[in-house]
This record gives sequence, C-alpha cells and structure tokens, in this order.
Amino acid sequence: MTRRAGTLLAIAAIVLLAAAPFYVASFTITLLNYIGIYALVALGVVLLTGFGGLTSFGQAAFVGIAAYATAWLTTVEGASPWLGLIFALALTVLVAALLGAVTLRLGGHFLPLGTIAWGLSIFFLFGNLDALGRHNGIAGVPPIFVGSISLEPTTAIYYLIWGVLAVATLVIANLLESREGRAIRSLRGGVVMVESLGISVFRIRLITFIIAALLAGLSGWLYAHMSRYVSPAPFDLRMGIQYLFMAILGGSGHILGAVVGAALITLLQNTLQDVLPHFSRNGEQLEVIVFAVIYVLALQFARGGVMPFALRFLPSRGRSAIAPGAPLPRRTMPPGGTPLLTVERLFKRFGGLEAVNQVGFAVNAGEIVGLIGPNGAGKSTVFNLITGALASDDGKISFLGQDITRAGQRRIAEAGIARTFQHVKLRPSMSLIDNVLLGTYLRTRSGFVRGALRLDRAEEMRARYEAQLQLKRVGIDADPYDLAGNLPLGRQRILEVARALAADPALIILDEPAAGLSRPEKTALAELLRGLRKEGVTVLLVEHDVEFVMGLVDRIVVMDFGAKLIEGTPAAVRADPRVQEAYLGSVA
Amino acid sequence: MTPDIGLILGIDGIATGSIYVLVGLGLVLIFSVTRVVFVPFGDIVAFSALTLASMQLGRMPGTVYLVATLAIVACLVEGAHKWRRGQKRRIARGLVGYGVLPLIPAAIAWLTAGMDLPAGLQIPLAIALVVPIGPLIERIALRPLADASVLLLLIVSVALTFGLSGLGLLFFGPEGFRTKPLTSEIFRFGTVIVTSQTLLMVATAAIFSLLLFLFFEHTLSGKALRATSVNRIGARIVGIRPGSTATLAFLLASLLGAVSGILIGPTTTLYYDSGFIIGLKAFVGAIIGGLVSYPGTALGAIFIGMLESFASYWNSALKEVVVFSVLIPVMLWRSLSLPQVDEEDAEVEG
Repeated sequence: MTRRAGTLLAIAAIVLLAAAPFYVASFTITLLNYIGIYALVALGVVLLTGFGGLTSFGQAAFVGIAAYATAWLTTVEGASPWLGLIFALALTVLVAALLGAVTLRLGGHFLPLGTIAWGLSIFFLFGNLDALGRHNGIAGVPPIFVGSISLEPTTAIYYLIWGVLAVATLVIANLLESREGRAIRSLRGGVVMVESLGISVFRIRLITFIIAALLAGLSGWLYAHMSRYVSPAPFDLRMGIQYLFMAILGGSGHILGAVVGAALITLLQNTLQDVLPHFSRNGEQLEVIVFAVIYVLALQFARGGVMPFALRFLPSRGRSAIAPGAPLPRRTMPPGGTPLLTVERLFKRFGGLEAVNQVGFAVNAGEIVGLIGPNGAGKSTVFNLITGALASDDGKISFLGQDITRAGQRRIAEAGIARTFQHVKLRPSMSLIDNVLLGTYLRTRSGFVRGALRLDRAEEMRARYEAQLQLKRVGIDADPYDLAGNLPLGRQRILEVARALAADPALIILDEPAAGLSRPEKTALAELLRGLRKEGVTVLLVEHDVEFVMGLVDRIVVMDFGAKLIEGTPAAVRADPRVQEAYLGSVA
Repeated sequence: MTPDIGLILGIDGIATGSIYVLVGLGLVLIFSVTRVVFVPFGDIVAFSALTLASMQLGRMPGTVYLVATLAIVACLVEGAHKWRRGQKRRIARGLVGYGVLPLIPAAIAWLTAGMDLPAGLQIPLAIALVVPIGPLIERIALRPLADASVLLLLIVSVALTFGLSGLGLLFFGPEGFRTKPLTSEIFRFGTVIVTSQTLLMVATAAIFSLLLFLFFEHTLSGKALRATSVNRIGARIVGIRPGSTATLAFLLASLLGAVSGILIGPTTTLYYDSGFIIGLKAFVGAIIGGLVSYPGTALGAIFIGMLESFASYWNSALKEVVVFSVLIPVMLWRSLSLPQVDEEDAEVEG
C-alpha cells in the first residue's frame, strides 16, 4: 500500500467517524463515547508504559480525581464546567506531581505496586468522604455548554470526546518525534546511558507521568459531564488495571494502540455481557475469567498487542530524506596542550576488591591517550568513575579546572565529556538516527510544549542534519532509519561513537571501540580518531588491540590489578619489562 | 486514647501483623526465587479460610472444583509443552505431578463431604486442598514466561488476580463466612487481656518463620532456593532446575498462605475477594523489607498490623486509606536509601 492510500484511508476513517451520528443507532454512539473516553486514558498508558517503560495500575484514580473535582465544583459551588476543567486538571497535575516525585526514583516493579496501593486508597477515600457523597457519589452534574450549544445529547458530546482524543493523539505523536520525546523513548532499558547524555531521567519520567495523568484527567472531566453523575465504582483499581490492558492489548508500542485497545475491550465486554448470560447464570463471573484468560494469553503470545498485526496492512510511515541544515553551535575547544583532565589518587572498592587503587594521570587537550592493561585491571571502572557512572571512594577528578569528582553523570556530560560503553548501551528498537540524535540532547533546547506543538522543527532539522553528519563520519549512514538492533555488534560500538560525537565533546572517552571490528574498519576508526585530534577533540580510550593503540595514541597509561603500572609514550611502554610481565607473566 | 486502649490496640495489631508476616514471607519467597510479584497470593489465604468454613458447615468446599479445574488446565499445558519438545515419555510424569497429586486431597474432600470430621482432620485437609493452587497457577500462567521481565510478570500476576477473583466467586459464591474459633481461652496479665487466638496466631507465625529459616539454612532444597534468588543463571549452571525451584517456592508459599487463612478465619468474616486486600497489606510490609529481606518483611508486616489496628480506632472507614497511603513515605524512604540500579529489563514488549 502506498503512502497516498494511507492518507486516503485516514481521511475515510475520519469521515466515517464524523458522520457516525447520522447512520448508527444512538446506543452505538454511547458506546463510541465510552471508547473515546477510555482511549484517552489508554493513550497516557501507551506513552507511559509502551514508550517510557513505566507502568501504572492507578490511572483510574486520576480519572476519578478529575471527575470528582469537576463534579464537586459544578454542583456544590455551581461553577461552569469550563472552570471545572481547569480545576480538575490542576488538581490532577498536583497529585501526579506529588506522587511522581515520591515514587519515580524507584524503577521497575515498585512504581506499579505503588500505583496499586494508591489506586486503592483513592477509591476508599472517594467512598468515605461526606463532601463527595460517600458511596452514593455526586448526582446532577451539569452538561457542558459551548457558547449556547448544550453538549447534553449523546451525539453532541460525541464530537467533543473524539475531537479531544484526536487532538491529544496528534499532540502525543508530535511529542514522541521531538527532542524530549526521544528522551522518553530512551527510558526503556537502563538509566546509566540516558544520564550519560545529560538527560535527567527523573525529570523526564516525572513529566511523562504528569502527561499521562493529564490525559486521564481530561477523560475524567469528559466522563463526569457526559454521565452527569460520579460515584467511586468507575474509578476503582479494576478499572485502573483495565486501562493498562487496553494499552497492552491494543499495542503499547504504537500511539493508535490506545484507541484500538479501548475499542477492543469495550466491544468485547459488551458482547460478553450479551452472550454469557445465555450460557450460565454466572455470566458476570465468567466475564472476568474470560478477560483474565485473554490477558494472560496475550501476554504469553502477543506482547506487542494488535497493532503490530494491523500495521502489516497499513503503509509504513514516510521517511523523509534528511535535509541539510545550519550546523548546531559548537563549543570552543580548549587550546592544545593545556591540562584537560586530571585524575589524582583515585580509589574505588567493590566489597573486598580494590578495583581502582590510588590511580593518577593527566590528559592534555588535543591528545589521544590510551589506557591499557590486562583483563580486570580496572580500566572500565576508571572510566565509570571519571564519567560519574560510579561514585569514587576517594581521590579527585578535575576537568577544565573544575572539580567533577562528585558532579554526577549529567553535570559531567554538560562539562563536555562524552563516552561509549564497554557493554554497548543503545536503544535497539530506535533507529540509528534517533540513537545519534539522543547525543545532541544537550546542544538543543526545545522542550515538551514546543515539541508537542511542532514549534521545534527548525532546531529539529539542524539536529537531524548534525546526526546524519556524524553517522556519515563513522561510516554507517547507508540507512539512517534502520533499527540500531539490526547492526552487528562491532557497528553498534561505532554507532555509540557517533552518538558521543553528536554531543560535541571536548573529551571523548571510548571503552574498547575497536572490539568486533574488521581490519579495514579498525583502520577507518583510527583515521577518524586522528581527524578528531586535528579538530582539537581529546580522546581517552581503553583498547585491547595493542597494535591499534600503539599506532594511534600519543601516550599510554598502563594499569594492572587496579593500580597504575607506568605511563609514557608507546615506545617506552612497549620496552618496559613491567608491562611485559603484567601481560605475559614473569620472563625469568 | 488511654494507655489501656493503646495496649489493646497494640496486641490486636501484633496478632493481625503476624498474619501479614506469614503472607509477607510467602510473597518474598516467591519473589526472590521466581521474580514474580505474586499479587493473587492473598486469594490463597481467603480460599483456605473459606474451604475450612465450608467443611464446618458440612458442605463440599468449592476448592475441590477450583483445584480440579486448575489441575486439568495445568495437565494440558504441561502435556502440550512436553509433546512439543518431543519428550513424550515424560508426559506421564507431568500428569502425575500436576494432575494426580493435587487431586488426592480434592478426592478425599469430595468423598468426605458432609461428614462431620473432627477439626484435627478438617484443618490439615483444608490446607492440603489449598496448597496445590500456587504451584498449579505457576505452571499454567507463569512458567511459560519465566524469562520475561519482572514488570511483565507483575502484569500477568495482576491479570491472574482478576481471574482468581472470578473463579472464587464462581466456586465460593458471594456470601461471607467466618470459621469456628480454634480456641477460646482468655488470659489476663494484670489489666491486659490476651485471647488464646491471639497467642495462637503469634506463635504459629513465629514457628513457621523459624521453620522457614531452618529450611533455608539446613536443607539442600532450601539452599537451592537461596542460590536461585542470589543468582538465577549461576544456580542453573550448577544444575539447579529453575522449574523445580519455582514449584517448591510456590508450594512453600502456598503452605504459608493456607496456614494464614486457617488462623485468620475465625477472627473476621471473609469473602471470596477478601484475599486481595490482605495480600496487598502484606505487600506493603514486604516492600518495607525491600521485597528481599525476610526479617525486614516480618518487621514491616508487624508495623502494618499495628498501623491498621490504630487507624481503625481513629477512623475505621479510612483505615485502608491510611494503610495504603503509608506506602508512599515508605517508597520515598526506600528510594533515598537504596542505590539506583540500572534496570535493563524495563520492557513490556518481548
């Protein structure tokens, strides 16, 4: 199917949906209203879980907070639903920010467990507060008015619901293609790499969590004014769990998965409620069991949900060629020969093992320095200490005259150090260009709002061009939209180099960049590094290929058993008997 | 609040807390060995109490059908798995393990239904009926995903909670039950009144905690479980089979859950879905222990019991809100005290 056919398909879908009130029964419109309201929440879950790698079972509670907020304000205080909207969203954001601030530093399973617990407490709270009508809830919520038009009829609020959903989907899709959106997508699969690029994992997680809560809040506001009545039941934990499964069943890796999942579960539920009572008088119990079976089977056999299957029949997204843009601003490199990095008496202990013991060396601007030593000598640990991925137990590290010993990964990245990892840390399901674009994070400014509203396009174009240049520079620019996971391991290392270069560092720290490369590729890499030296970029690298190192570097630091053995020019190091002993054992 | 009331609430809290200790230990056991955050664990507690209640009323416990259903599904899953791997001769063994063994207590319960067995027989039978539920669920729903991320396993286990509550309603019905008291003595220590039920709960929790400790320290199977929880791959390399350690972990945890159910049965009216809340409260306790530490979990569980007891004196309607809200400061404290781990497995898609 061509791209044009895809556009036609999308237009047809929009027309069909827009005209729905004229050709379907009003019950179907009610169903569509619910699907739209659920899909808004599921959209937040897709963003949170599918893209951000965070999971929440508690979204129903955000829906509830917003629904109760607007219901209370419009009935008890008699305010306009539009004021209710502002109040509902403000309250949702406040609660989400507080909860997020507390729980989002804990990764993995603690956050979802926390959301189960707080989803339950909010539910009990709704049911026990006099001001909120206890378990009876609040009735008589007014309908929404747009000017003098009442949105009371099912078919009227239908347009509002699906309009809001369409806008929200578009905004989230835009966001995901922007600078902060890439940061969200990079969250899945380990935080060390993300922080090493200067991205605050906590900040991105928090904002993602708040956006998801906002979508749930919008849904709650629409729900309250559509059903004109709120009670605790629709916001209980069961509903919260259902929202997560809508996203998973629909396809949490795709933005449209939310709508597909919401439609699927709502329709299935509707069908089961019609059909099951014919088979058993325990229809309600059976419905729950059927859903549980579907969920478990889906998680066992189709974790990607429905979307990956549907996408086979839909056109692939257009991949525009990367247009040349104005280059991103570059930093002024420190003048050659000035002291750049100084490491003094560095010390790190893992339990009883002194992994790094009193190591000290200096790197001057414009040098290529190699750190070599047998396996387990502590080289990678030194790199992790310099870049802040590990905290040192003692010693001092300065960079450009600034003490960065305790600075943390992000500040070190800001200071101008970029790195690659011994065990490649890429996002295999993101494209090459997106992986490299992550490296430009600190050189670009566009925030969430600019990204969501596509006000970031000028800067984005420049960043894309920069990323493409870096891909070309390391020689893997053939298909920038290929997925990083499709590259062989050696080339993945090179992709990490491109990502580090995209940060325009003053010092680039490479952990075994040549491992897994063929001889011609190694020669090309050596050429690239020499070129960097000419530009004034300083290189510090760990490498096991002695020939590669000897022919390239200006100076070598040799480590053995966590301590520095010697330091000197390649020739001096090669001649030193201590080095020969460390590598080959005692000659005598 | 007078000191007397405080004391009563405290004793009450310790009694409830000791149930959470048993449940919490089971949760940590399952999590550390299989990485499954087993949300439906509380259901086993409730099912065990409901089983005993049915027996006391002279009815056939719904557990018989529940276990039979699970056993049939587990046999199908196991049989299909072995068939696909071409291990046809092992199918029979699987059928014995997942079909015959769990059905023995079910068959006894079925045959003796309506008979007025003495409590000394009813209780062990109720426990034996309930214990297979854990391992059967593991075989059906969790083992096929044994290598998936913690997050995915958690999501599956939440889905299972849905399913079990549906099955619970189907087999036990919507009514609530309270079992006959196990003991009814009352002891006075000065002004303090302690019931023998409280003492029984605390003592049982202590004994089972001790047994669990001895099992881990002094038996080969216990050491295998510990090895698996320290390093799964390493344990596999030295020949510890992940499947059998998982079964053992679920079996032991189920036993702890079943015993908890027997103990809690006479103290409160339980419904088919009461287990969820019990399990979650134990979770809050286990999270205080970081989901890894047994002593930490025990302390956390006692704390939750106390908190619940005092909160219900303050406002019984909002006690759940208090108990679950305490998780937030607990998580804050945890997040500040634990080092950030680089989790490579924050993936939902496979």
